[in-house]
Amino acid sequence: MHQFNYYAPETIKDAISVLDKHGDRARCLAGGTDVLVQVRGERFELDALVDVKNIPELTQSVWTDTHFIFGAAAPCYQLYEDSKVCATFPGIIDAASLIGGIQIQSRASLGGNLCNASPSADGICPLIVHNTICEIAGPKGTREILVEDFCKGPGKNVLEKGEFLISLKIPLKSSNFSASYERFIPRNEMDIAVAAVASSVEMDQGIISKCRVALAAVGPIPIYAKEASNIIIGKEPSEQNIKLVAQKAQEIASPISDMRGTIDHRKDLIEVLTRRTMNKAIERIGA
Amino acid sequence: MVLDVNKKKYKVIGTRPIRHDGYDKVTGRAQYGADLKLPGMLIGAVLRSPHAHARIKNLDTTDAEKMDGVFAVMTAKDLPRLTDAERGNSEESGSEKHLSENVMAFDKVLYKGHVVAAVAAKDQNTALEAVKKIKVEYQILKSVTNVDQAMAPGAPILLEDFSGDHLGKKVRKTNIAAHVRHNVGDVDAAFKKAELIIEKEVNMQTVHQGYIEPHNATAVWDEEDRIKVWTSTQGAFDVRDSVSKVLGLGVSRIRVTPMEIGGGFGGKIPIYLEPIAAVLSKKSRRPVKAMMNRTDVFDATGPGPGGKVKVKIGIDSKGKMLAAYADIRLEAGGYPEAFIEAAAKCVFSCYEIPSMRIDAYDVLVNKASSAPYRAPASPQVAFATETVVDEICLQKKFDPIDFRLMNVATKGTRTALGPKYRTIGLQECLEAAKNSDQWKSRLDSKPSSGKKRGRGIASGYWFNIGFKSSVNLALNSDGIVSLTEGSTDIGGTRASIAMQAAEVLGIPAENIRPTVVDTDSIGHTDVTGGSRTTYATGYAAYKAAYKLIDEIIEKAALKWDINKNDVEYSDGVIKSKTDSALTMTIQEIASDSPGGPIVSSASVDLEEAGGGFAVHIVDLEIDEETGKTDVVNYTAIQDVGKAIHPSYVEGQMQGGAAQGIGWALNEEYFMSDDGVMLNSSYLDYRMPISLDLPMINTIIVEVPSEEHPFGVRGVGEPPIVPPIPAIGNAITNALGLRLLSTPMKPSRIIEALKKEN
Amino acid sequence: MNNQGKVKKVAISTTINGEEMEILVDPYISLLETLREIVGITGTKEGCNDGNCGACTVSIDGRIVDSCLVLGVEVEGKKIETVEGMATSEGLHPLQQAFLEEAALQCGICTPGFLVSAKALLDNEPKPSEERIRHWLAGNLCRCTGYDKIVKAVKKASN
Repeated sequence: MHQFNYYAPETIKDAISVLDKHGDRARCLAGGTDVLVQVRGERFELDALVDVKNIPELTQSVWTDTHFIFGAAAPCYQLYEDSKVCATFPGIIDAASLIGGIQIQSRASLGGNLCNASPSADGICPLIVHNTICEIAGPKGTREILVEDFCKGPGKNVLEKGEFLISLKIPLKSSNFSASYERFIPRNEMDIAVAAVASSVEMDQGIISKCRVALAAVGPIPIYAKEASNIIIGKEPSEQNIKLVAQKAQEIASPISDMRGTIDHRKDLIEVLTRRTMNKAIERIGA
Repeated sequence: MVLDVNKKKYKVIGTRPIRHDGYDKVTGRAQYGADLKLPGMLIGAVLRSPHAHARIKNLDTTDAEKMDGVFAVMTAKDLPRLTDAERGNSEESGSEKHLSENVMAFDKVLYKGHVVAAVAAKDQNTALEAVKKIKVEYQILKSVTNVDQAMAPGAPILLEDFSGDHLGKKVRKTNIAAHVRHNVGDVDAAFKKAELIIEKEVNMQTVHQGYIEPHNATAVWDEEDRIKVWTSTQGAFDVRDSVSKVLGLGVSRIRVTPMEIGGGFGGKIPIYLEPIAAVLSKKSRRPVKAMMNRTDVFDATGPGPGGKVKVKIGIDSKGKMLAAYADIRLEAGGYPEAFIEAAAKCVFSCYEIPSMRIDAYDVLVNKASSAPYRAPASPQVAFATETVVDEICLQKKFDPIDFRLMNVATKGTRTALGPKYRTIGLQECLEAAKNSDQWKSRLDSKPSSGKKRGRGIASGYWFNIGFKSSVNLALNSDGIVSLTEGSTDIGGTRASIAMQAAEVLGIPAENIRPTVVDTDSIGHTDVTGGSRTTYATGYAAYKAAYKLIDEIIEKAALKWDINKNDVEYSDGVIKSKTDSALTMTIQEIASDSPGGPIVSSASVDLEEAGGGFAVHIVDLEIDEETGKTDVVNYTAIQDVGKAIHPSYVEGQMQGGAAQGIGWALNEEYFMSDDGVMLNSSYLDYRMPISLDLPMINTIIVEVPSEEHPFGVRGVGEPPIVPPIPAIGNAITNALGLRLLSTPMKPSRIIEALKKEN
Repeated sequence: MNNQGKVKKVAISTTINGEEMEILVDPYISLLETLREIVGITGTKEGCNDGNCGACTVSIDGRIVDSCLVLGVEVEGKKIETVEGMATSEGLHPLQQAFLEEAALQCGICTPGFLVSAKALLDNEPKPSEERIRHWLAGNLCRCTGYDKIVKAVKKASN
């Protein structure tokens, strides 16, 4: 493996400086659970690994009047050990508490999971269905984009030279909103999702006023299944209507067959998981 | 739970002392192969073929040799290429040419990961970078990855100089390394009389033993051409013999020190890195340590064979088996040996069948050369046989246990390979299964979760080999006995061997201090495998203990100046039979023994012990929407002859069951079209995790074997045999359809359910 | 090799099993390699080097991690605990004792990882259920035992 240097900047400005200097021969280090495996597997060569965990904005959690903002390098356990986050965003916690085992969750972050841009990432679909915003900093300044626009291909994101993800910003929801994430794996932990769905729902006097469904592991990037999501808006959360959403999601899914699953099985799973997560999200609102 | 048929009372046997090597293992002090550090040590790394089947056209190591921090580079040219006359014919199976070429390819690579060169450098990263600088020109050949492809007409031939043995005839240009046939009675006539004949063919993917510790070897080759090797192995003497053959040196020039071993299950019997570390040491004049990484382990170390097994059984109107036929085709990998004789021995082993014919094929494919995996070939054939048995029971509405009891193999039953069984305990296992809590419990077929539940049962068998073991004992001045033996300890055998000596001597197990020693320090001891260790090395310890008592008695007689026939020994105390004033402890005689220290030595070369049978019951829960399958209850029943240390016996039963469950549900080599394993990591080679298994109930049955003084039978291997068919049968019970391929993974279940509807 | 001359070792101050030390590490090597090769303690094992088996589990500031996925240089100023730190001059940690009594190890290679993981569980949750134990230990692979006796040992130590 090509030897790389380690940098541990304490400010965003310092991080940008190193990242900009080395371009694509530099990467950020958050939890390391993806990047270290990849650099050792020689997927790419690095001259610099930039540890961003010493930059306060990258690991802190902040509640404002309108948003919950958490650092891109905040480890999963930081989210699920926070009772307010658990109560407010169970759909996010669904993902944070099942990425790998406890050892992985001590280090891995949802921001890193997003930047890694795997089509089967666990963290991305829940963020999409929460309308999450990415806060990005770079040589030209800061910018914001939606999570659903962040990935552009398997393992590829829209960050440009010198840019990195600072934090994730979730708009606060009404008490009639909830979400759920479920993935299918052959064992009971430690697997990459064969197929996965996140669903979020907001209810208004017994009618679904908002709905978002996102699909993982069934396309080159996590898919915001807009058409499926819109089918049920303005309608009742009946079994029949939910089934329509699930069937549409199944149509939208475009999986491949590989060592983790077949096209047929993945399509079947999308239908099942969409139903289950829609039901769970609705159940959570009721509770 | 322990069911003792014999009910003999022992003082040490059957108790559960803390294992002697336990303290080092729970504190991190125990030294496994990768932990070894020698002064001046270099790190070895190997270059592996990226292709499944190719000729090596050119190999250029100059850039690697020139690199800073590199001290030695080797290719197969550095290994002796003795003539066929000196080294055995490459035409023959098990030849030394194949052994050597598996370690390092000479002109052809036969699997992705096949070693072609190696370097020794100052540290791991430098060694890995140096390996990248070695330039190899390959002529890629078409590859075959399963038995069908390999046996098809026109298939590319792997071993071009080799002659397969097809029913005694030598055949060239074939990938069938061997075809053997076994016949008992007249199978064709018997099938004609059958009232019902069921035939099933199963198709199984390659699997890996999955031991957590990757292979390693450290070697020093000195100026006198003596080699010291340290390695995590299941057989130090086997390593010595193999290294001797590959390097062309006499066995006594090689001393092998077995390090602690992090799992083997048969996969750490073959050699891989040892000769490479030795040659690199010779060329660099430094100690060299080489270690595999997890990808190497999957790509290039011997897996458990995949293949196809067809079984056909005919019964009469009452349900008695009349005839059985098996066609067994197993993958040997790049070089011969797919354990087909063992397959033939095991396939009908649980039943008394008057007429049997078995055809078994050892098939070369472009995968790593198969290595033993816990009861090699028995799980594969059991899947086929127990599926047919289950199908018969379904169609005829027979109770699965009663049908098996009606046809059960017992003492005197003739086996497919000829010999008759001596005392065995399958019947007792089936009866214990019938009386078990799980079998008697209601299977809640419509649990609130909305999933389907099913129950399956299956039996399995493994013989255990005997062979050679040696043990030395020495009585210390504090009355503690040092025991040295050569059986590497992968699961607590050090303790079970010590306990057998302790039982004979009548002293506590803690008063025997067992050590596993190197090949210079003990007489020849065969491999830790084949479920032979507690049996054979234990037997040697038993004999050595009796000899020690003889020595004690003789020395006491000398000391007291009386006739030795007047002296008796019992439980650490020596007495005169006639003069009650003359009594002393073994501490006393040890600290002052006339004529020299009290030592003894014994060795054995044993036949097979009576064989171990297992019956497993599994309850599954299946989500019909996703195919997700969970094991909700499991009972492993096994005849172990005599459980020396019941905790470690239970551990073998549970561990074997867990491996079988993984094999049945999720484990497989996922191969690309050009013969490369795509899932060569623990992420996608899916072994059971703690959340995937329930508590595994164990019922130990003890029908003592005739061949061992305490009735010991081999325990380690039978428990991997029943899980696969038990799970297949449980799926059938739950869903009403039958899967005939492993792994019985979720996508297969959904596919099968869709076909049904 | 580009860059070889330019990558210098980094000096790190860290505490390992209660002992403060200064070590010099290449910035690109893992904490696992650092412990085994630089510090020289080999109780923590390599099984896969990619975060899938837990044999390399250590605790950093009370949290268990796969040390193969942490860089040695990252532990500046942190407290590391490995299996070597579990027993004291008073004797074995109750978990170690329980593992021996319950025969929760066969080959023993995964045992250090399990002990460190289980200790972190019991430090935070004194009486976990079987389900909780299995969930906590999901990141530790064992191929020998089928986990039954490991779970029993953790339960025993929690009493």
